[in-house]
Amino acid sequence: MSNTDFALAVEDLTVSFDGFKAIDALTLYIDRNELRVIIGPNGAGKTTLLDLICGKTKASGGSIKFKNEELTGLAEHTRVRKGIGRKFQTPSIYENLSVFKNLEVSHPTGRSVLGSLFFRCGEDVSTRVQAVAAEIGLADRLDTEAGLLSHGQKQWLEIGMLLMQEPELLMLDEPIAGMSARERELTAELLQRICKGRSVIVIEHDMAFVAQIAHKVTVMHQGRILAEGSMERVQNDPKVIDVYLGH
Amino acid sequence: MNALMSRLRRPGLGGLLALSILLLLVFPALLDSFRLNLVGKYLSYAFVAVGLVVVWGWGGILSLGQGVFFGLGGYAMAMFLKLEASDPVSTKIQSTPGIPDFMDWNQLTALPLWWLPFKSLSLSLIAVLLVPTALAFLVSYAMFKRRVGGVYFAIITQAVALILTVLIIGQQGYTGGVNGITDLKTLLGWDIRSDSARLILYYVCALLLLAAIAAGLWVQHSKFGTLLLAMRDKEDRVRFSGYDVAMFKVAAFCMAAALAGIGGAMFTLQVGFMSPSFVGIVPSIEMVIFAAVGGRASLVGAVVGTLLVNAGKTLFSETFPDLWLFLMAALFIGVTMAFPDGLAGLVERRIKPAWAVGRARWQARRVAAAQAAQAAQAAQAAAVAVTSPGVPCTHETAAGTAVALPPQPIGGELPHGATA
Repeated sequence: MSNTDFALAVEDLTVSFDGFKAIDALTLYIDRNELRVIIGPNGAGKTTLLDLICGKTKASGGSIKFKNEELTGLAEHTRVRKGIGRKFQTPSIYENLSVFKNLEVSHPTGRSVLGSLFFRCGEDVSTRVQAVAAEIGLADRLDTEAGLLSHGQKQWLEIGMLLMQEPELLMLDEPIAGMSARERELTAELLQRICKGRSVIVIEHDMAFVAQIAHKVTVMHQGRILAEGSMERVQNDPKVIDVYLGH
Repeated sequence: MNALMSRLRRPGLGGLLALSILLLLVFPALLDSFRLNLVGKYLSYAFVAVGLVVVWGWGGILSLGQGVFFGLGGYAMAMFLKLEASDPVSTKIQSTPGIPDFMDWNQLTALPLWWLPFKSLSLSLIAVLLVPTALAFLVSYAMFKRRVGGVYFAIITQAVALILTVLIIGQQGYTGGVNGITDLKTLLGWDIRSDSARLILYYVCALLLLAAIAAGLWVQHSKFGTLLLAMRDKEDRVRFSGYDVAMFKVAAFCMAAALAGIGGAMFTLQVGFMSPSFVGIVPSIEMVIFAAVGGRASLVGAVVGTLLVNAGKTLFSETFPDLWLFLMAALFIGVTMAFPDGLAGLVERRIKPAWAVGRARWQARRVAAAQAAQAAQAAQAAAVAVTSPGVPCTHETAAGTAVALPPQPIGGELPHGATA
């Protein structure tokens, strides 16, 4: 396995579920400060790929290196602490807690059992909460119970919870699903802002949105990479048109 | 005074204060020595219920084996008391004097090695805390690291309860078997069976329980408490926020076990014996019912639930001994169906909002009355001013106060989250 300068180097990654290879010898490199969008038809293995990187699913073979450090074999929370943030497809927030609490709990101090018992929300944490809340457009909703937010706001809140941890690699699974046109615009702006200083992987179906945000697009199909490159190049690739955009 | 009032408004502290008054003043004043000792026994179960609030109410981990930890704490205490009661002089009729009577009956001729630490009170007290916690750690670490949870975990705790009961009953020579460890008399020479000792032990038990609740409130309001709730809802989100979820569950389970151990020790001290009938599956489930009836998310509620169910048990099993088990089962089913949050949930959802509405209405009426009175006064003053134009300044201030009366926010006193 090679040493690379990439933020994330996935090489020869395979996972099979009862013989079905959901990810099949996949190799993917993500640059530092890059915003990569992964597209592909349903069942292409996009979400599985994110699961493998964050550790939710264990790989059957291959390697995942984050800043040249092997991740396979590390526990999920260890990977998070190394700087990998993962947003789930459906908004996954703590509905009964306030927006402030949701963000506060995601702050990386007091992560051990004892640390959490003696954690006090100090000036630095609450300043950070305010800053992130402003970033995701929820600065005036800090006291709202998170369950009362609109769907789009919940998605932003979850992104904010990840930002609290200042991850170096941020993985977002369909962040604009179910959003209104205006919310999509705001999300695109948000993504363009937060991809500075970190790498971002986004799974998305909405082509207009992809064209708006992507630095580079990867097309997956049946657990493999079908094409990779700029949006135009990918859109004009006959293989891609055939399996994905054509029908 | 205001600072004190605002402190009491902090969630939970008001309930803790009310419970303190009930346990430390009302019960000792109203109950005779026998009944008070009975309440003391119930309070020792309440430690388990408080532990269940932490692990089940907040953490969402149902344990049907808390009797194990209650029993281990109780046995640790009982072993010390038994050794003290088995001095060579009072056991001189035995074939081996100086060992507990049940060992002698079972042809043991020397004290087993693992009984030796229980000759020391301090080591025994450490064991009261440490043995249940250590076992809880072993069981829960093995389970939670493997992501075993929910019903499976509950079943495994049941199995542990069953195993421990069988072990205790089977190893009669070492544990006293099905009779348990009986005939406990003194603690460092102090007769624990006298009325005055029982009163003191009751206070010790009540104060320890109140301290446990205070510690529980502190845990609830720490990030740990927030994370327990968060984990119950969205375990994956917590895990992928960088927390080792398994260790948090292990910690909660160990806290509950340590509390149960203290409860067991207080039980032994107040009741004067310990037996496997407090270890097994049935008492473990009963303890879950105490917490469920009182409100599994409320520390104070769990204590009240324990007191009520046990009072009911004493009352009904005296009159209808056969019916009690059915009644308790019906109570459990009824409570879980109708009020999943128990009595505490009922208070939080029904009584507190009704109280707040009533208070707001009363305040509104008071404000309206005050305003009417002020207006009348102002009118009177104005009338006086008209008749005597020499004193213009008085009526202006009177009218001014009437106008500047701050409008009281009606319903603004609704407690936060009362409708949640």
